[in-house]
Amino acid sequence: MTLAAFLTDATVCIGCKACEVACKEWNEVPEDGFVWSGLSYDNTKALGASTWRHVMFLEQPAVAGPQQVDMQDPFRWIFLSDVCKHCGNAGCLEACPTGAIVRTNVGSVLVQSDVCNGCGYCVVSCPFGVVDKRHPDGRAFKCTFCYDRQSAGMMPACAKACPTQSIRFGELSELREHGHARVAELQQRGYSDARMYDPEETSVGGVHAMFVILGQPEAYNLPPAPEVPTIYLKSAWTSALVSALVLIAIVFAAFLL
Amino acid sequence: MAENNVSQNSRRARASEERLEQIRREALETGRVASGAGADSSATVSSIIGAESYYNLAVLKEPTWTWEVPLYFFVGGIAGVSSVIALAAQLFHGPAPLIRVALWMALGGASICPVFLISDLGRPSRFLNMLRVFKWRSPMSMGTWILVTFSGCSFMALAGNELLYFGYANELVTTLRWAGEFSAAITGLLLASYTGVLVGATAIPVWNQHRHLLPAHFLTSGLGGSAAILELFGFLIPATQMIGFAAAGIETLVGFVLELFRGVVEAPLHHGKSGWTMRISGTLEGPVALVVRLLWGGTSTGRHAAAICFLVGALCSRYAWIWAGRASARDPKALFALQHAAIEAREGRVPSRA
Repeated sequence: MTLAAFLTDATVCIGCKACEVACKEWNEVPEDGFVWSGLSYDNTKALGASTWRHVMFLEQPAVAGPQQVDMQDPFRWIFLSDVCKHCGNAGCLEACPTGAIVRTNVGSVLVQSDVCNGCGYCVVSCPFGVVDKRHPDGRAFKCTFCYDRQSAGMMPACAKACPTQSIRFGELSELREHGHARVAELQQRGYSDARMYDPEETSVGGVHAMFVILGQPEAYNLPPAPEVPTIYLKSAWTSALVSALVLIAIVFAAFLL
Repeated sequence: MAENNVSQNSRRARASEERLEQIRREALETGRVASGAGADSSATVSSIIGAESYYNLAVLKEPTWTWEVPLYFFVGGIAGVSSVIALAAQLFHGPAPLIRVALWMALGGASICPVFLISDLGRPSRFLNMLRVFKWRSPMSMGTWILVTFSGCSFMALAGNELLYFGYANELVTTLRWAGEFSAAITGLLLASYTGVLVGATAIPVWNQHRHLLPAHFLTSGLGGSAAILELFGFLIPATQMIGFAAAGIETLVGFVLELFRGVVEAPLHHGKSGWTMRISGTLEGPVALVVRLLWGGTSTGRHAAAICFLVGALCSRYAWIWAGRASARDPKALFALQHAAIEAREGRVPSRA
């Protein structure tokens, strides 16, 4: 089984939003509100039920790599196309009580719209805040990793539409290797804060959407240490058990005494 | 005509040369135009540059649960614990009318709860899809099965009890009632406590940081709530009094503990709509119910007052927890602070950023 993955590179993204448009058109995703956010050129603000690719526009008072001019008042503009991380250990999939959310044969996480009944538990279980309920439809939606296209041997719409190969699509371990090589190359060229966003060592068990970014992941609203909520189950159920025993003792004592 | 329009819309900023001057002055003096009539125009240069999160936008998604869900937590908790009270009364020869009312409360709650849960769904017609999967690792799935089982068990207990009440006494009916009461008590405890796990085992920081407390908190509310309703039905016996004292005492302790937690993650428990609802409802079901019961617990009015205080507090605190979850999801800094602390703890460093 080959594991499909995205590697999205902020250092070659030009902020054209072709990925957002391609995703919308191919997947027939409805509009997500025509608002001017006032936040740089970003008017979709976050991933959501009807925003499966989200291009971020970061404005930072920092030097961009080997920048030579305007060093007194440095400024850099960074773009990054965010997407569902398709976690190795996915909170939404674990939480789904209907079996609507499944793991596909390419390792991605898919919400089956014909099964989902819109209970909303996946929404609070995603450590990346990706999946959401769509109104007034009522069901939960997120990136499908273009499972339909992948099943037909094609690459996802966003990766295909990307004009700069900022969005790369391929095999997970190959892309990871490519990402690390890209970071090393960037650092050699003076981008000292280039890094991979690839939370392998946390309970989400690695992601199928990795990113090459400049600076801290927090600036991109990428959680530095995401955890799948199932790690909290043991302690919560233990507490429930102990409290239940105390409750039995109280009630029995009340009727015995 | 035009002048009429101007006077009608005089409160709204209108396009004019003066307005353009005003915008220019405001931008010059404050670095932003807050009085703009368009969409969000409050972003300032200083808030954009050097932000520690992406424009302070939410990382997580807010809980989408509607008003039915906190109400379900409340009713389910009371129904679940009622079956425990019925069993205890049965085992230790409590008053038969109390057992009957408690069993009716259990089945009544079990009948209303699915209505709340189904109407909360985005696609209510697909509620049966919940029953095509049994998933240990999903509290939502477990909760569905717990509620279904509890409904069956509490029906069995009530049916047995009613048959005995109307004089159909035989061995089968007695066995049915005992089996029903025992199984309803066990599944009732699960029903009253799993909601704490459901909320605690999520990505929402203020919920998962209190996952140890929530099941105990929710169970106690069910305990006190059930006894309170029994008191309001007229069962002013020592047992309900003692349960009332215990529940209000534990809730007082819970409120005290919550006040002690003052981290950035706990902000929704202390500030804003959720914070004030939490504090007021916690005071009602904790200290107020306790003091009323201590001072006037000898009179029926006093006990009724204490019972009502507890019920109102318990109900409102369910809403406060859901609202706190929403506020917590909106706050990226609390999430990052928590994760920085976790990273530093893992690496064995002294937390400095959190």
